[in-house]
Amino acid sequence: MADKKPNCGCNAAPRLIFPCSGAADVGAIADQAARTLTKDGVGKMYCLAGIGGRVSGIMESTKAASAILVIDGCPQDCAKNTLLQAGFSKFKHLRLSDIGMEKGKSPADAERISKAAGKGAELLGPGCCA
Amino acid sequence: MKKIQILGTGCPKCKKLAAAADAAAKALGIEYKLEKVTDINEIINFGVMMTPALVVDGTVKVVGRVPSVDEIKKMLA
Repeated sequence: MADKKPNCGCNAAPRLIFPCSGAADVGAIADQAARTLTKDGVGKMYCLAGIGGRVSGIMESTKAASAILVIDGCPQDCAKNTLLQAGFSKFKHLRLSDIGMEKGKSPADAERISKAAGKGAELLGPGCCA
Repeated sequence: MKKIQILGTGCPKCKKLAAAADAAAKALGIEYKLEKVTDINEIINFGVMMTPALVVDGTVKVVGRVPSVDEIKKMLA
């Protein structure tokens, strides 16, 4: 988390992105799409494991987010279910299988990552701030 | 003794949160130590994405806003 410097609350609350980062190829695409969106300033990738582990700093920061995007690689919806079970229900959800990426048949190449990031940005919509 | 930490680099909201936490602790009449954490690397170690943040005995209670004194009293109880 060394590169995730906190914003002062005097500014807008961050838009947080939780990829499933699963073991399969589509999990890698979800992970890299989140990193691309962070690099592009669309939002900030955050720690799904911290939600699962109910880490207080991560839980409270997520409550304070202005928007949340969850990216799942496949219909198992692990990231979505993790957020739901932690009590979060207001988020946008992108499932990579819904945009034609099938688990085991979708290498994490630049084109797929860009497509996933583009769809993620579309779901988050315009506006401030990363 | 309750350990109360205010995470923030010193912006107006950070100062308001410190004052509110101090007032809440005094109103409850508890023994406490209030510490301001201003070093950004220390703040990052708490896993928070925004400041100010209120930490009580090592648990982050609120991030990015200043709760009322009454709200903070519940967090300190």
